Amino acid sequence: MTFELSHFNAALVFALCASIVFGITQRNTPREMLRYGSYCFVLFIGGVIVAAWAMWLIKH
Amino acid sequence: MANPQNAAVARNTGASQANSMTYIAPVAGWLLPGLGHFIQRRWIRGLLLMAAIFVMFFAGLGMEGKVYSFNTGDLLDILGFVGDLGTGALYIVARMMNWGIGNIHRAVADYGTKYIVVAGLLNVIAAVDAYHIAIGKKP
Repeated sequence: MTFELSHFNAALVFALCASIVFGITQRNTPREMLRYGSYCFVLFIGGVIVAAWAMWLIKH
Repeated sequence: MANPQNAAVARNTGASQANSMTYIAPVAGWLLPGLGHFIQRRWIRGLLLMAAIFVMFFAGLGMEGKVYSFNTGDLLDILGFVGDLGTGALYIVARMMNWGIGNIHRAVADYGTKYIVVAGLLNVIAAVDAYHIAIGKKP
C-alpha cells in the first residue's frame, strides 16, 4: 500500500511522532511530558513555517 | 516479627530482578518499540511510544521509502543502515519481506526513507529511556 502526503502533511506527521517520543523520554512527570511534547511540536511546525517563508523571500 | 534472614533473601531477589531488568528493558525496547516500557508496567508511555514509532516506520514504507541493507559504500548509506537498525524487529521483518525497495521517481519517497531512519533513532531514545527507568533514574 502506498500513499502520497503533501510536504506540509509529511512535516505534521513527523513533528507529531517525534514530539511524542521527545516528550515522554526527556521529562519525568506526565504534566512535564505533555508540556515539553507540545513545545517540541510547536517548534517543529514553527520552524517549518519560518523556513518556508525564508525560502520564499530568497526566491523573490 | 519478620525473620531477618527472609528479609535479606527478599532484598537480594528484588535487587537481582532490578539488575536483570537493566539488561532486559533496553534490549526488549529496541527489539519491539514500547516493549521496554510495557515490561516495567509503564503502559501508557509504552503504547504512545509504540504508536509513534510504528506510524513513522509504516508511513515511511507507505511513501515507498528505502530500507537500507548492510553496506560499506557511501558514508550516508552506512549511517542510514545504522539508523534503520534501530527499529529492531521491524527492520528484520522489513528485510525478510523485501519491503522498502525505494522509488527514485517519487519525491515523497525520499521523505519516506528519512521517516524510516528517524523511526529507528527515536526507538533507540525510547530504549535508553526504558534503561533509565530500570536503573531508577526516572520514575
